[in-house]
Amino acid sequence: MPDTPLHAQTAAALSALLDAKKISATELARALLERTRAVEPRVRALNSLDETAVLQQAAASDARRAANAPLSPLDGIPVALKDIIAARDQPLTASSKILANYVSPYDATVTRKLRDAGAVLWGRCNMDEFAMGSSTENSATQTTLNPYDLARVSGGSSGGSAAAVAAGEAPLSLGSDTGGSIRQPAAFCNTVGLKPTYGLVSRHGLAAFASSLDQIGPFARTVADAALLLNTIAGHDGHDSTSLNRPHPDYPAALNDNLPPQKIGIPKEYFGEGLDPEVAAAVEAVAKFYETRGHALREISLPHTKFALSVYYILSTAECSSNLARYDGIRYTSRSPRATDAVDLYAKTRAEGFGPEVKRRVILGTYVLSSGFHDAYYLRAQKVRTLIRNDFINAFKDVDVILTPTSPTPAFKLGEKSANPLAMYLSDIYTIGVNLAGLPALSIPAGFTKSGLPIGAQLIGRPLQEAPLLQTAHAYDLAHHHGLTPPNL
Amino acid sequence: MKYQPVIGLEVHIQLKTRTKMFTRAPAAYGFPPNTLADPVVLALPGALPVLNKTALDQVIRAGLMLGCEIAPECRWDRKNYFYPDSPKNYQLTQQAMPICLGGEVEIELPGPARNIQGEHKKIPIDHIHLEEDVGKLNHHATDSLVDFNRAGTPLMELVTKPALHSPDEAHAFLTSLRALMQQAAVSDCDMEKGQMRCDVNVSIRPTGTQTLGTKVEMKNLNSIAYVRDAIAHEIRRQTALLENGGKVTQETRDYDGTTGASQSLRGKEDAHDYRYFPDPDLLPVRVDAEWKQRIAASLPERPFDRQRRLQETYNIPYTLTSVLIWDKQVADYYDCCLRQAAADAPKLAQPLANWIVNDLLRALSEPTEISNLKSEIPSAPSDPSVPSVSNPSDLPLQTRITPENLVALVRLIADGQLTNASAKTVFAQMAATGDAPDALATRLNLKTAPADATELETWCRAAIDGNPKAAAEFRAGKDSAINALKGPVMKSARGKIPPAQVDQALRKLLAGS
Repeated sequence: MPDTPLHAQTAAALSALLDAKKISATELARALLERTRAVEPRVRALNSLDETAVLQQAAASDARRAANAPLSPLDGIPVALKDIIAARDQPLTASSKILANYVSPYDATVTRKLRDAGAVLWGRCNMDEFAMGSSTENSATQTTLNPYDLARVSGGSSGGSAAAVAAGEAPLSLGSDTGGSIRQPAAFCNTVGLKPTYGLVSRHGLAAFASSLDQIGPFARTVADAALLLNTIAGHDGHDSTSLNRPHPDYPAALNDNLPPQKIGIPKEYFGEGLDPEVAAAVEAVAKFYETRGHALREISLPHTKFALSVYYILSTAECSSNLARYDGIRYTSRSPRATDAVDLYAKTRAEGFGPEVKRRVILGTYVLSSGFHDAYYLRAQKVRTLIRNDFINAFKDVDVILTPTSPTPAFKLGEKSANPLAMYLSDIYTIGVNLAGLPALSIPAGFTKSGLPIGAQLIGRPLQEAPLLQTAHAYDLAHHHGLTPPNL
Repeated sequence: MKYQPVIGLEVHIQLKTRTKMFTRAPAAYGFPPNTLADPVVLALPGALPVLNKTALDQVIRAGLMLGCEIAPECRWDRKNYFYPDSPKNYQLTQQAMPICLGGEVEIELPGPARNIQGEHKKIPIDHIHLEEDVGKLNHHATDSLVDFNRAGTPLMELVTKPALHSPDEAHAFLTSLRALMQQAAVSDCDMEKGQMRCDVNVSIRPTGTQTLGTKVEMKNLNSIAYVRDAIAHEIRRQTALLENGGKVTQETRDYDGTTGASQSLRGKEDAHDYRYFPDPDLLPVRVDAEWKQRIAASLPERPFDRQRRLQETYNIPYTLTSVLIWDKQVADYYDCCLRQAAADAPKLAQPLANWIVNDLLRALSEPTEISNLKSEIPSAPSDPSVPSVSNPSDLPLQTRITPENLVALVRLIADGQLTNASAKTVFAQMAATGDAPDALATRLNLKTAPADATELETWCRAAIDGNPKAAAEFRAGKDSAINALKGPVMKSARGKIPPAQVDQALRKLLAGS
């Protein structure tokens, strides 16, 4: 696509241009820096961007290419990181005041893999503080706006990662998904967002929110680009005990395989009250598309869906109350100047350093683990988590992939739900079950509402079956390419 | 009223591993503050724990050494509490499923005299679990500094049943446990370095009753003697309280070993709610039978088992076995000598034990011997990235005298080729040079040779004439009186006649005239 500006091209297309030496990595980096400077004041996707480091990495990529070394398809391609994934000598704020001055002394495993692949580490993407939220309005830094409607949220928690890609600041980015934090902003911002199987991508270097649910995953404008990025970051890691020790297939190569007829499950529990009719219609259209392509549709039931939100807010808050205990003012964080002793230092630093949503969840998590309540909440929730997982296991006996809306509504207005945490939590109602079950799922652009807001459809796969999941999504994506419809910025 | 003390111990022991429990940062002592740290030790954002399997090996070793049942899986829980020495503000520990259950520690109580064996008892263990050590706070005039070098060091916590009943039992328990752990190379248990730390729970109840009294916990006891003193102090304190009509309150007290006083640290109402839950970052590790067998096969003999074997097989007296068994290097050295002695072991066992206890251990404690050997012992490296792997209990005894040479020396004596007095000279040279005794004795011209019969008779007569009292006693039936006559003969012979020949010649003369 010679007439398309570089910032609107896919990673695959840019990679081809670099390989053909039609552009250099430095030219690409400069073009995207210029684009970023132009749109960032309106979108506010990035917490920081180290231009010097970007240009150094681009120059290094050009040197490798000049030496005719064998290069990975990501060599010279910018990839933005959610500001909760460690990169050596770069800030890691988790969009929290408490980590405002923290610089990571080490690389996350995904960061190291990107460096090894020659990718150019782009800016640090804004997010809800410590990945807790669905709109980036819980960020202590700024609120990221939706590139398709600047009066609306980008989604969350990985809103910056989604918006950066949608706005053309970078062709690819990484986010993290604990209850929908990749898929929901992907849906809101017309991007592809994939949450891999729990354990496929190392969590080493991802500041933890809820360890048993967190996964890092890619954002891209096409399924093919998402496959490219997943291919680089997936794989066993000795630094993460929950990392699965299994070889993974070549995802981009798998996209070219013939897709056998799939049995696609439509869970009836995901099409009930609260679902926006335009979203419902768009997802039904996606189902129709698959049917016309010779795939079979099946109505299925995931009977414990109604408990997912409660289970999630018990388990994730329990884990978060413990994971965030380290931000105590003793080390590497801001420290309250008003503290009188150690206990007071903890209390004041945390009271001043954490935002209201993080405090709400820390308190909730502390409560559900407390002696006397532990069994009624935490233990019971673990049992129901097993029931929810079994729902999916049973469903996958009959179907190959499950199709649902990603979020009940398109992007909502800024401030619309920030006063009502429960309403905010409900925007993750279709994504949370997947995390509780540890399954892979992605959101694909499925068109727009009449008013031009992006809609996302979610495809859920069997554990470690990212390849057929991506293939299925790719079939739709190739036929529609909604993700290539740029925002009017 | 008479009271019976009921005592339970909680003993923390650092496990000997090259690296920390959940990361490759070195586990060591004595390095500059915060140099044995990495993102995992410091709990930096994104750092994750990965189990060091050696730590699990070590606690299984400890458990098997103490006869514990080993759990089928190693599982981890988080214990949540805030303290500045805790990098994560939670500790990885095993609350729901400790790795070792049951087991016991055999102890020996003080005997009526030092050279008389005391009563043995078996103290039952409730469980042993694994956990990670925390950092250390160093308090200064105006501030406190945190050193995370110790943080993440593998630690086992052994909890006894409330089955000890005296300060002496607690002392004997810790002495025995320390030896067991040292000999299994589980830990060096150096209390000064904090490698072994003990908390005690003490309560008293009227003698003959079964209901447990209110317990008081004593913390910060950094020597075995302090533990004994603290318990004695606490029993006196509680007894006085009850006898004056008071009540014991459940609390934690701090005992000061130098002043012998204690003070309340915190009451029951300040007890933490630790909000335990399974750690989501670590997966359970299955411990199969093959794993346990592999470790069991490499366990050393327990000290009291060794003592019984030496007593039963070779009739070695308690005064010697009670010295030999506590240090594994010494005990192993002795067993190695016995193997070298082969068929002669029954005959040489006691003289070998004597030489080790009386001469070798003394030589080892002399500064010359130690300084001679210092250069041969690997020294602690200055680079903290290369941890010291000094495992003293794994090294052989640091002496130049090989077991083979000590046996050879004792054989020379038994065969009459060396007198005891000459042997001492040879021994000193063996310690200094490591040479074989036969060559040394020859070189020093100390070997005995059969004496000229006439000359020997002259010396014997002189000895008998010089000590008529001994001669008379011998003739009156006191056989041992002959020994007093041997010395002058040996002196005349410059120690170079086979002692048997002297004995024979003296007896002949004493019987004849």
